[in-house]
Amino acid sequence: MSEVLEPIVLTKSPAPLAAPPIAPPIATQNELKAKMKTKREGSTVGKPFVEAAKLSVRGVNVFYGAKQAVFGVDLDIAKNQVIAMIGPSGCGKSTFLRCLNRMNDTIESCRIEGSICLDGEDIYESKLDVVPLRARVGMVFQKPNPFPKSIYDNVAYGPKIHGLASRRADLDEIVETSLRRAGLWEEVKDRLDSPGTGLSGGQQQRLCIARTIAVSPEVILMDEPCSALDPIATAKIEELIAELSQNFTIAIVTHSMQQAARVSDRTAYFHLGKLIEVNETQKVFTNPDHELTEAYITGRIG
Amino acid sequence: MDNLHIDRHISQQFNADLEHLRTHLLELGGIVEEQVANAVKALETADSALAEQVLHTETEVDQREISLDHECTLILARRQPAASDLRLVLMVTKTTHDLERMGDEADKIAKMALALNEDGASPRGYIELRHIGSNVLKLVNMALDAFARYDAQMAVRVVRDDNQVDLEYRSALRELITYMMEDPRSISRVMNILWALRALERIGDHARNIAENVIYLVHGMDVRHISLDEIEKKLEAENHGAE
Repeated sequence: MSEVLEPIVLTKSPAPLAAPPIAPPIATQNELKAKMKTKREGSTVGKPFVEAAKLSVRGVNVFYGAKQAVFGVDLDIAKNQVIAMIGPSGCGKSTFLRCLNRMNDTIESCRIEGSICLDGEDIYESKLDVVPLRARVGMVFQKPNPFPKSIYDNVAYGPKIHGLASRRADLDEIVETSLRRAGLWEEVKDRLDSPGTGLSGGQQQRLCIARTIAVSPEVILMDEPCSALDPIATAKIEELIAELSQNFTIAIVTHSMQQAARVSDRTAYFHLGKLIEVNETQKVFTNPDHELTEAYITGRIG
Repeated sequence: MDNLHIDRHISQQFNADLEHLRTHLLELGGIVEEQVANAVKALETADSALAEQVLHTETEVDQREISLDHECTLILARRQPAASDLRLVLMVTKTTHDLERMGDEADKIAKMALALNEDGASPRGYIELRHIGSNVLKLVNMALDAFARYDAQMAVRVVRDDNQVDLEYRSALRELITYMMEDPRSISRVMNILWALRALERIGDHARNIAENVIYLVHGMDVRHISLDEIEKKLEAENHGAE
């Protein structure tokens, strides 16, 4: 112990430890919450923009008649990533999702301002044909909605109308790969001719996903894809999302925060039509930047 | 503009669970704080009865540790807390552990008090003991206060003052070692004091851990294993960013 040889000085008594200032005791969780730093106003907090954006959304407003549903959203969706959109009912997240492949075109009173670019190309360009657009940006809905046709035809329908396969053999191959990628092949390969509606709910949803990926989209939009499924089917779809994200860009709207936490790389929080916060998912669920995000994911908005 | 309430959980039961967690942690903190104070007092005043009482309290501390951990497990399993709720639960499990270890150190001090009563008083070391003892007690008190008030600034002060306690401990160590070299017959009695000082220094370190947990709870940043300067820089950047 070399210190033994050093000169011996008892350090001067330290600067007297300042007595803790007497703050009024804080009684409740709520008052304590107020001391947390998550308090900000104004535009979207976090990191709404990325370098390699597949879809980039700028200044998007959506109106239903006179009523504005989405207010000035700026957001990038990164290539081959999963972005989850969460928020209370009526916050505009589904409306926003539908803007991404012009699903709102069918609603008479719906009007959209701003720009949404897919690989730098504005999808609201007036001369743009929406049919190929929807092949590039596919969608999976809340309720599985297979066509009242055979399993085979459900998957083959898209490639046929988009002219992706001319020969039966090509079509067979597309159907098989799509079903394999959707994790459904083993379960249905012996009954491709039976009706898609005869499958279980979880299988139907995977069939819809197979149908979506059959046309080789670049982006897949999912609007609460698991809300009608049991936990096991949900787990399978989530597993599938993780796998698909290697080749596809995925945007998912979900009411299950745990699901958003499990499947996504980034999370966007919407509140009353505004995009409040976008951050990496792990950041959002451990230490969100905005108090509204914090309130929502901890179950304090009601 | 909006009519949503964000001040409390929709689930009142969840609110109550978190509230209990906080209260129970503070209760445990109070018990351990008293245990440390009594242990130092027992040593200073050669009070064997008080030392026995400190040893006796250990059982209660252990039981409370187990029950707090159980509460945390239940909240994690039933509520899947996120964000600040998650950080609260995580920090409570860690802090419970630190408090329990503080209790163990207080036990060691109490045992030294009993040993000194058998071997006879140490010729040296009581001044240092009183000095470091009172500073460490302040640390423990401030760390718990910082938690009770979610006060990150106070937590930073705990870290700073713990560095000071470490210096004082090292200096006392040198002094007592030199004394023992001069008077080897005193070694066994002085060693008893040294072990007690060592235990106090460890208690200070646990108080520092608790303070770091408080900073994690309030700001969501991990400040373990970095220097005081870095902690202050990080906090400043954070506060600046929040403007």
